[in-house]
Amino acid sequence: MRAYLRNIKETVGTIFEGMSVTFSHFVRKPYTVQYPDRMPMRIEDTLPFRYRGILEVDLEICTGCLACERACPIDCIVIDAVKDKQTKQMMLNRFDIDIAKCMYCGLCSEPCPTGSIHHTTRFEGADYSLESMLRRFVKQPVPAYKPKKGPETDPEIVPLLDRGLRYIDEFAKPADAPSAAAKGAKAGASVPAAGGAEGGAS
Amino acid sequence: MKGLVLRLTAEGGPLAGVPYELAAVLAMFLFGSLVVFVFLLPVAGITSWVERRVWARIQSRVGPNRVGPQGFLQWLADGVKNLLKEDIIPTAADRPLFAMAPYLVVVGFVATFAVIPFSQVLVIADLNIGILYITAVTGLVVVGVLMAGWASNNKWSLLGGIRSAAQIVSYEIPAGLSIFPVVLLTGTLSMQGIIQAQGWAPWHWFLFHNPFTFVAFFIFFVAALAEGNRTPFDLPEADSELVAGFCTEYSGMRYLLFFLAEWGNLYVIGAVVTTLFLGGWQVPHVTHNVVLLTVLQFGVFFLKSYFWVFVAMWVRATLPRVRVDQLMTLCWTYLVPIALVNLVGTALWMVLVPEAVGRVAAIALTVAGAGLVVRFLARASFHLRRARLRAADYYYSPII
Repeated sequence: MRAYLRNIKETVGTIFEGMSVTFSHFVRKPYTVQYPDRMPMRIEDTLPFRYRGILEVDLEICTGCLACERACPIDCIVIDAVKDKQTKQMMLNRFDIDIAKCMYCGLCSEPCPTGSIHHTTRFEGADYSLESMLRRFVKQPVPAYKPKKGPETDPEIVPLLDRGLRYIDEFAKPADAPSAAAKGAKAGASVPAAGGAEGGAS
Repeated sequence: MKGLVLRLTAEGGPLAGVPYELAAVLAMFLFGSLVVFVFLLPVAGITSWVERRVWARIQSRVGPNRVGPQGFLQWLADGVKNLLKEDIIPTAADRPLFAMAPYLVVVGFVATFAVIPFSQVLVIADLNIGILYITAVTGLVVVGVLMAGWASNNKWSLLGGIRSAAQIVSYEIPAGLSIFPVVLLTGTLSMQGIIQAQGWAPWHWFLFHNPFTFVAFFIFFVAALAEGNRTPFDLPEADSELVAGFCTEYSGMRYLLFFLAEWGNLYVIGAVVTTLFLGGWQVPHVTHNVVLLTVLQFGVFFLKSYFWVFVAMWVRATLPRVRVDQLMTLCWTYLVPIALVNLVGTALWMVLVPEAVGRVAAIALTVAGAGLVVRFLARASFHLRRARLRAADYYYSPII
C-alpha cells in the first residue's frame, strides 16, 4: 500500500516537474539557423579560414609553376603556361579547374609557393550542367607572377600575397618548415600572426 | 433547428408543400456538413500546424514557417499534397475493409460533434443522453482501427490495431467512471444540462466542486488521451516498434484521414473536458443581445477546450511513451480504483456535506488550484534561472 501511494506521488510530482521544464522552453529563443534565406549573416563568413570549399585561383600571384597540376590526384586542374619568346615571361594561357571532379583534398594548395590556389569558404556549387562546373580562370593570356628582387611589391597584389602566405601558414605548411610568413616578410608583405601555424600539412 | 424547419415548411413558407421529414433530413444534412466543413476540418487541420509549432518551441526549434504567414497554411499544403498522392492498396489486403476503415475512424469522431454544445443555442442536437452518446460513438474508432490493422494483412498493422483496441477498451472504464461523479451531481446526461448546472466562475465548476471531482478531472483527461491514442499512450503507432502501427500500409488521403481523426479527437477531448468539468460556455451576464452572447459563449468554450488541446501537445512534447504492460498497469491498478473511489466519494459528499460547507470547500479548492498554478510557474522560472540564459536567449513572442 505504501509503495502504491509512493508511486502515485512520484508520478504526479515528476510529471509536474517535467511539464514545468518544458514550459520554461516556451520563452527560450530557438537555436535554429534558417539556412539559406533567413540568416543573420552570410554562411561563408561563419566558416573558418581553413575551410575546404570551392577552389579559387588568384592569377595575379600565380607563378605558373604547375605544382598544383602535378599534385592533383584526379587531374581536375589543367594549366597551359608557356614562355613568351620575346618578353622572356611566363604566360598563362589556360587555367581550368573542373569543380565537378574536384574532391576537395587540398593537395594542390599545399605545394603552391604563393598561396595562389586556395580553397574558399564557398560550398554551394549546385548547377544544371557539368560544363558550368568547369571554372576557367584565364579569360585572356596573362603573365605569370614573378617575385621581384628588392623590397617593393606591387601594392595591388600585396593583400593577395598576404592572404596567400597566411593561407600557406595555416593550412599547407609542412610540419617542420619555417613559416612562410617569415619568407614573405622579405617581399615586404606584412603578414598577420598566423594562429593555426602548427596545423601542419596533412 | 426543429422550429426553423417547421417555420420553413409551414403554409406560406418558402418550402411549403415539402414534407416535413424530408425538409428535416435536408436541414440536418446541410447543418451537419456546415459544421464539418466550416468548423471541424479547419480546426483539425490547424491543430496539426499548431501542434508542430508548439513542439518546435519546446524543442528550441522554429517549426513550419514557410507556407503562408508563419506557416499558417501548412495544413492546406499537406492536405493538397496528400490528396494528390497515389492511393495504394496492397494486393494482399482485404480491399473493402481496408478502404472503409479510415472512414469509420473519421465517423467516430465527426459524430461526436452532434452533441458538443458550442453555446447555449449552437448545438446540433441536445440529446438527453449526450455524454453517453459521445462515449458510445467514439467506440467506432476502435472498430475502424482494428479493421485497418486486420485488413492491411501486415504484422505491424495487426499488432497496432490489437494494441489500440485493448487500450481504448480498457481506458473507456476509467473515463466512464470519471464521468459518473458529474452525472451524479447534475442528475442528467445531457451536455447542455451539465453545463447549465455549473456557473461561469471557477468555484462553480465541477472541477473545484469537491476533491473527488478534482481528481476525476485528471483521470478523465489521462484516459481521454489514451483513448485518442496520444503520447504517452500512442502505443498503436509506436514508430520504433511498429513502423506506423495500424496505418503502416496506408498512403495518401486515407492515411491523412487517420490523422484528421487524431487531431480532431484532440478538440473533442478538450470540448468534453470543458463541458463536464470547466463550466462549458458559461459566461457572466454581460449582455442581453443573443447574437453577442452566442459569440461570447462560443469564444469562451473554444478557448477553454483549445487550452486542453494545447496541454495535450505539451504533454506529448514532455513525456516518453509508456510500455504496454505499464499502460495496462496504470489503467487497471491505478486509474480504475481511484476513479471508483471518486465515484463513491462524490456520492458520500452529496449526502453528508451540507451546502454551506460545500460552497466553502469549492472556494478553498479554487484557491488551491490557483496555488498549484503559481507553484508551477515558480518551478518553470526556477528552471529558467538554473539554465543561466543571457538576455538574448529569451524570446517571448510566438511569432518567429
